[in-house]
Amino acid sequence: MNRITKVFDNLKKEGKTAFIGYITSGDPTIKRTEDLVYALQEGGADIIELGIPYSDPLADGKVIQSAALRAFENEIKVDDIFKCVQNIRVKTEVPLLFLVYYNTIFSMGNEVFSKKCKKVGIDGLIVPDLPLEERDELKKFTDEDNICLIPLVAPTSKSRVKDIAKNSKGFIYCVSSMGVTGTRDSFNDNIVEYLQEIKKQTDLPIAIGFGIRDKKTVDFFSKHVDGVIVGSAIVQVVKKTNGDVKKVKEFVKELSGK
Amino acid sequence: MSKTKFGEYGGQYVPESLMQPLKDLEQAYEKAKNDDAFKEEYNYYIKEYVGGPSPLYYAKNFTKHLGGAKIYLKREDLNHTGAHKINNVLGQLLLAKRMGKKKIIAETGAGQHGVATATGAALFGMKCTVFMGTEDMERQQLNVFKMEMLGATVRPALSGTKTLKDATNEAIREWVRTVEDTFYVIGSVVGPHPYPTMVRDFQRIIGDETKKAILEKEGRLPDMIIACVGGGSNAAGMFYSFLEEKEVKLIGVEAAGLGLDTPLHAATFAKGKKGIIHGMKTYLIQDNDGNIYPVYSISAGLDYPGVGPEHSYLFDTKRANYVSVTDKEAIKALYLLSQKEGIIPALESAHAVAYAMKIVPKMGKDKIVVINISGRGDKDMHTISNLKKDDGEN
Repeated sequence: MNRITKVFDNLKKEGKTAFIGYITSGDPTIKRTEDLVYALQEGGADIIELGIPYSDPLADGKVIQSAALRAFENEIKVDDIFKCVQNIRVKTEVPLLFLVYYNTIFSMGNEVFSKKCKKVGIDGLIVPDLPLEERDELKKFTDEDNICLIPLVAPTSKSRVKDIAKNSKGFIYCVSSMGVTGTRDSFNDNIVEYLQEIKKQTDLPIAIGFGIRDKKTVDFFSKHVDGVIVGSAIVQVVKKTNGDVKKVKEFVKELSGK
Repeated sequence: MSKTKFGEYGGQYVPESLMQPLKDLEQAYEKAKNDDAFKEEYNYYIKEYVGGPSPLYYAKNFTKHLGGAKIYLKREDLNHTGAHKINNVLGQLLLAKRMGKKKIIAETGAGQHGVATATGAALFGMKCTVFMGTEDMERQQLNVFKMEMLGATVRPALSGTKTLKDATNEAIREWVRTVEDTFYVIGSVVGPHPYPTMVRDFQRIIGDETKKAILEKEGRLPDMIIACVGGGSNAAGMFYSFLEEKEVKLIGVEAAGLGLDTPLHAATFAKGKKGIIHGMKTYLIQDNDGNIYPVYSISAGLDYPGVGPEHSYLFDTKRANYVSVTDKEAIKALYLLSQKEGIIPALESAHAVAYAMKIVPKMGKDKIVVINISGRGDKDMHTISNLKKDDGEN
């Protein structure tokens, strides 16, 4: 069984919600990324997303965009990130996902990328610019390699949710509101209905992301979903502390409550 | 071939948030396309507002000078706002109007599409925001001034390399946030489906008019058509009407900048490989990890790392040929056409003229070549005057 599915199964038995933390690989350095993964895990992250820096991150707000720029300043390469994951996998079984834009995968070759992920121990891919209509060209390889291609749904998805969820595994990534990643001051009043609507259309765990930045919001959503994803808020702390492992761990602990 | 793709190119590589809105847009467009009232309205504005149809002018002096095939110029430079861009903008804004959207966003590089969009938005009473890289705002202050004069807001794009590709990213990000009440007017045959098809359809008026005019004047089709290619909207609109007539050679001219042996060019077909940019699969200039870095051309309109997906398909199937000319060759062509015909082409269009200067002398006098003069050179005077005089004059 895929590590992601296992984690959700176990948490469900305990009646708990998964805390999913995001950091950008190579921010501030690829060496520190490894330590930050452990820090996130020790801080209570059940699943960890690693962003692969990309020149044109369409779905990202300013915070994650600048994290990518910081990583590029150190001339980060995709192969460095695979090596980093390989090192991490020796030490921990925490589920690891790549948040990766499709051209990064496509330029390497869908099959090659998928095989490399399998080899180093990546459990899932979140590809924000690969919607249902285009995903089969990658999914045929990730399915073979037992890697979850995590589908995203958005407030505009509505009747599309069923098809999006079909044949997927891992979890459904619910985008909290329209727009790019980054913190929001508030969420739409209908957000609970939106999440309930999605639940009705799939048996997969659902996780919410985009704009979740504090304990209060994490707790609020925990009642309605199987997983809560925090990205920009953690990246902000990485930036402010220049990747201070202890401080990042404390911040994640505070959010996850674990 | 899937409806969203040209062969393997095009598609909809965008965040899920945009997928339903793109389907709504496609549906609205299909409906409008088949509605005579919509066509009538579009044609009305093209005639009465843009000043179309633009002439197909026999360039007698230029023909004599080059001493080969007979040269016709399709004068899109005579359009209101100075280029072919307005054809597409009016089509999309009329569609926005039908869809009940009053807020408009657009991206712009040098500012031509931004000015055309601001113009159309003023005409139809819409609220217009144009995203423009801060680098480009600096280089094209006059166009920033124009857009503001027309009542548009120019939003500086600060991300990435601060040029057209980043302005497009910013516009897409803003669209993801506001898609429910905002129409995104894309300026070229790029972006996710249905944009490449829709923009080409709004630009095919160039090819349709050319075909009609050449049959009237010569009683036959041309042997060759030459158009410049950045994103490729003027070429796509021109080529489309001739795709089935295989005897008409179609030539797209890309920017070779300082030369293909340098990193400073924008020759996507010569130097790119397949990839994903701005929601489409197409040829793309990128590094080994798939990252997209700025490309270069003296002509801001050709300065784009990707190319419209239909062109990628025409390239693979060899229905069109793609060549490139350097900054220097384009400038030389700009001077020559100005001095022989009294027509100052845009630097973009000058690339098409430059290729004609290479090929036309080798063709027989019984042959006919059409060059698409997609825009006028007024906007480039500042760039040209900054160059050393001996760089350009022949």
